[in-house]
Amino acid sequence: MDPDLAVDPRLAPVQESFDGALRTHRRKLQDRKDTKDDGFMAVVYINDQPVDIGSERLNLIQAAQKAGVFIPHYCWHPALSVVASCRMCLVEVGEKKPDGTIAMQPRVVPACQTPAKDATVCLTNSEKAKNAQANTLESLLLNHPLDCPVCDKAGECKLQDFSYGFGHSTSRMVDPKNTPPNKPDIGERISLFTDRCIMCSRCVRFTREISGSAELMVSNRGHHSEIDIFPGEPVNNKLAGNVVDLCPVGALANKDFLYKQRVWFLKTQASVCAGCSTGCSIQVDHNKDVVHRIRPRENPLAQGQFICDEGRFDYAYVNGAERFDRPLSGQAFLPAGAAGQQEYLPLEPMTWENAIPAVRGELAKAAKENGAALAGVISPMLTVEEAFLFAKFIKGLSSDARLYLGWVPRVGKDEQFPQDRHGNPLGAVKFTIRAEKCPNRRGVEEVLKHFQGEVLGFDQMLTDAARLEALYLTAAYPPRLGAWLTDEQTQTLARIPLLVVQDLAPTPISERARFVLPAATFAEKDGCFVNHANLAQQLHRAVRPGAIGRTEGQIFLNLLDRRGLIQAKAVREELAREVPFFAALDGNLGEFGVKLS
Amino acid sequence: MMPIAESEVRWVKPPTLGLLDRLYLPAIAQGLGTTIKHVFQPKVTQQFPEERPDLPANYRGLHRLNRDADGRVKCVACYMCSTACPARCIDIVAAPSPWPDREKYPEMFVIDELRCIYCGMCEQACPCDAIELTSMFDLTGLSREEMMFDKEKLLSVFDQSVAMGKDPVRTRAGALSCASEPNV
Repeated sequence: MDPDLAVDPRLAPVQESFDGALRTHRRKLQDRKDTKDDGFMAVVYINDQPVDIGSERLNLIQAAQKAGVFIPHYCWHPALSVVASCRMCLVEVGEKKPDGTIAMQPRVVPACQTPAKDATVCLTNSEKAKNAQANTLESLLLNHPLDCPVCDKAGECKLQDFSYGFGHSTSRMVDPKNTPPNKPDIGERISLFTDRCIMCSRCVRFTREISGSAELMVSNRGHHSEIDIFPGEPVNNKLAGNVVDLCPVGALANKDFLYKQRVWFLKTQASVCAGCSTGCSIQVDHNKDVVHRIRPRENPLAQGQFICDEGRFDYAYVNGAERFDRPLSGQAFLPAGAAGQQEYLPLEPMTWENAIPAVRGELAKAAKENGAALAGVISPMLTVEEAFLFAKFIKGLSSDARLYLGWVPRVGKDEQFPQDRHGNPLGAVKFTIRAEKCPNRRGVEEVLKHFQGEVLGFDQMLTDAARLEALYLTAAYPPRLGAWLTDEQTQTLARIPLLVVQDLAPTPISERARFVLPAATFAEKDGCFVNHANLAQQLHRAVRPGAIGRTEGQIFLNLLDRRGLIQAKAVREELAREVPFFAALDGNLGEFGVKLS
Repeated sequence: MMPIAESEVRWVKPPTLGLLDRLYLPAIAQGLGTTIKHVFQPKVTQQFPEERPDLPANYRGLHRLNRDADGRVKCVACYMCSTACPARCIDIVAAPSPWPDREKYPEMFVIDELRCIYCGMCEQACPCDAIELTSMFDLTGLSREEMMFDKEKLLSVFDQSVAMGKDPVRTRAGALSCASEPNV
């Protein structure tokens, strides 16, 4: 240890605070003898601020985060391996020796690659560190085209943010910039603006470590390195969209969103993906009641950092023009001379003021005549609150009425990542796309168990259909899943005299219904979904369900003859009081949701 | 508040008119005198529309969309103008450009000239000098729809104003902005 370094005047505040922190540290050690790691706690000093990181294995970026100090970084990402290639996180690092002196390393080192050890001293705001960061930025910007006005990333670009926060305002580059040609066909849904790339290689590591498909690589060397694909192997894996989110600059673009909106016009709402039973946490970006983009929201309890492309790109139906936006009534008639084959008049629009009493009245009449011939089908696309209100309504009409679980769509098998190009698993599972393409089977099942003690499946309902007089069928399956009733099944159900269908868009069964009520998508309602592992997560309304649309929850509330607008939280509290399984759902579920047991 | 005391109130009566005042004839003659005097004096009002005003170069009138050297729209659809616009009167739909030398162009560019407050923020915000305010101020229309100026209309304003010679292209004429690819 060089004692001269210890008298460096810049380090005086560090030393002062160190002595105090050491005392606190020792006191804490005495207080917390019962912790499982023998009370060992590491203390790291970030800009003279002591941080107790316990026994966690962190790098200096994460340790600084705990101190509320942000160290800028491009290539480092918590879910990917460390390469320390962007050099943006350069900091000064030293060590506090047991005798109280501080020895600083003479050079700056990348914080992402430096483990936070006990008594590590890290300076992020010293002259040396600030110079290193500014010079790194100048170097990264040497060949960057600065075409922010036409770049989709502008507004959420790390290069913009860090240039503003840590960079120089001018560049000393006088030579013409490298302008490698763009690669618009790097993937079916992804486009590469090669000249904007800063070579952080996050995308390359993602395809190698998370998706496993390894389509991306770095070609050429030095200033001529480029991100590229292997010839004829575009990035079309099922997690490919994540490379766009990972890209800290505007190099990788989402073709689906390209030039649709500037990001500062978008409003963001936290929601849950309704694509499969994994129930990924998502952000719904919307503007003027149109959903423009779906992005992952980090949730360690649900899926981690990423989402699959099915969830990311399958939102067009939310904005679809063919959706029902008002209640409709239909009528069957027997054409003269025909032998009993029913025909159907086109559906007539109704007002809500007429539709709600009509549906309630006809169902009540059917329940009075024969309660056992009344049935309700709860779609696993509904939220827990909606399922609860619906079950209350049907069971309230007649305790003999039966409730069935709606069709549970299953497509293929669960897909686990990383997997190689042949679909073989590679190492520990980091992401799963589930075969069950609905978000809330578990929640609906528990509601059904509460109301009738058993879960009757959709097939059971089709078997029982012959003796049914009245059926309330909820659906709301995204169109990606295709027709969910065969022609034969449609015929079977169409024979039921009082058929109420609640769906997103016209289907053969809705054309034969006595009443059609509009359904809402995940982006349009509040509530919660229970995923495959019993994690209840809250979704929030992002856009309005059409001009005069109502969500299912609102319709059920009206059918129950309760006043006012639906308050998912109030319904959830009622549910938590009445159904023991959901007891933990009292109130708000927080960012990550609540695990039910 | 205290009410006003009666003692503080002063009542004023209008002056009573005499016979001459009540005839009004002297007043009429006096008025005519003023009129006739001005007939023979030099004219101070501008004879619009026969005579057009000489507006300063920074006058903020009707917008135009500038053309580049090849006659194409210079705008790159960055939405800076519609972001800066305090009246929210600019509506743009961007699309990938059909030309190789830039990536993005406005498929649709509509300014609601009735909603616009002619503040010139769009001109200041534009990073590629594509939108400018001209000295044209007497725009009229018979319906609200007619006053929604689309891309073609705004480009024709450019042609007109350049032909008039009153509004020279003030900025780097013809040159593409940094938002385009320099050497393709």
